[in-house]
Amino acid sequence: MTNRQEMDVHSLKELSAGQSCMVSLLHYWRAMWGIIWRELWRFVTQRERFISALVRPLVWLFVFAAGFRAALGLAITPPYETYILYEVYITPGLIGMIQLFNGMQSSLSMVYDREMGSMRILMVCPLPRWFLLLSKLLAGTGVSILQVYVFLVIAWFYDIQAPLQGYFWVLPALLLSGLMLGALGLLLSSFIKQLENFAGVMNFVIFPMFFMSTALYPLWKVKESSALLYHLAQYNPFSQAVELIRFALYGQFNQLAFIYTLVAFVVFMAAAIVGYNPSKGMMVRKGGT
Amino acid sequence: MSSSIALSVEELSFSYGGKKALSQVSFKIQSGECTILLGPNGAGKSTLFSLITRLYDTREGRIELCGFDVKRQTCLALERLGVVFQQTTLDMDLTVLQNLRYHTALHGMGRKQAEQRIQQELERLAMYDRRFEKVRQLNGGHRRRVEIARALLHKPSVLLLDEPTVGLDVPSRLAIVEYVHRLAAEEKLAVLWASHLIDEIYPDDHLIILHEGQVKANGMVDDVLKASHAPTIKDAFYALTQGDQI
Repeated sequence: MTNRQEMDVHSLKELSAGQSCMVSLLHYWRAMWGIIWRELWRFVTQRERFISALVRPLVWLFVFAAGFRAALGLAITPPYETYILYEVYITPGLIGMIQLFNGMQSSLSMVYDREMGSMRILMVCPLPRWFLLLSKLLAGTGVSILQVYVFLVIAWFYDIQAPLQGYFWVLPALLLSGLMLGALGLLLSSFIKQLENFAGVMNFVIFPMFFMSTALYPLWKVKESSALLYHLAQYNPFSQAVELIRFALYGQFNQLAFIYTLVAFVVFMAAAIVGYNPSKGMMVRKGGT
Repeated sequence: MSSSIALSVEELSFSYGGKKALSQVSFKIQSGECTILLGPNGAGKSTLFSLITRLYDTREGRIELCGFDVKRQTCLALERLGVVFQQTTLDMDLTVLQNLRYHTALHGMGRKQAEQRIQQELERLAMYDRRFEKVRQLNGGHRRRVEIARALLHKPSVLLLDEPTVGLDVPSRLAIVEYVHRLAAEEKLAVLWASHLIDEIYPDDHLIILHEGQVKANGMVDDVLKASHAPTIKDAFYALTQGDQI
């Protein structure tokens, strides 16, 4: 090849790279919207999934919380300014539960997609892998937010009512907590090779995270029974996500919970991106997507 | 570098742990050429495809798509690539149209352009009238047609097909083989077709025989036959692979 030809090839590559950058923003937007739309559409058309996602927290609210109401006395703790019913206390925890299960459900669908092959179509499209994972995560979070608002509407009719502006302020909190829990699911999915292994996630991740948190009992109550459990609950990122939601629902900003949840999201997401990187992550060891 | 070289694979090796899947694989594919990658199960065809599509990392060797290094210029390279995987990758619960729209979104196409391209590609494969049907309702042959249409929506320069006719009845198989060969000639598309079926090879195809991760033959069908002193591709394959079953 002559020098001239080499230069032409080089210029062609640079030109293509430049053109690619010019159109890329629109490309990114369309791809992200496409991924989110697909996830939302699949969710609303899968009626069984929609209903089962709601039944779980509603059973906890109507059966478990109603039964516990008499057994558990709650002192006045922020953000609450008066004595509250146990159902009121548990509602943010159940919102967290919806997002926790949804995050894990999304990761389950990633493992399924990987086994079935449809994940490949996503991974071979001409966009950076971190962006595709982030889009997938946003899509899953969007689905969880949809579930949460339907749950809140039902809870409203059950007389569990937050201040009206709380329903607005809880949205950014739900976005962050949903992203954090979804990123955790994404990270786990990069480790799981087969769908069968997912049962382990239920036993070793979802249940411990939920029960060792402030979703069901306030921290001071946990401290009364066990110091170890108290510390585990305190440093559990799920507890911080629940507190972020709890405060936001009453129009208050919990700075510690916000920072903790944000940091947890960044850590989980970064690890998931590494996990899905064909050069570095678990994919190399597994020899698959 | 010739401008017509669409896919270049140079000294590519890959191992799963200690097991070598590909060893020093090199070949080039030109635009307008249909290249058949012939090899038995376990020859390394799917591994090679996973490396070209960057699902696996290239640790030894180099792959270029239209002059772009797949490892370093991944997005630019993948823009020029259309893929039909061995397993179906369509979403069964979405319609044909929804599946194709999803693909156009991933490739950043606008709505108008997307609709136009979807119509063109589906009409060419006589599937446009079935665009509102869920993929689950289609038979295997029709699903494959949709996957080929999808792989072509963004007008790639290189089309990879990983055993796309597996499990199809004879008429569906022949129709797809004929269609892809026509595409290569008419659209100046570089096609790499992994197969273990000899009757999918046309006399003027480029043939690569892959066996135990190594390229055993690489050239036009006639040249491979001459070099291996064999009257048929089947004989050439047996001679080159010491009698392994395809």
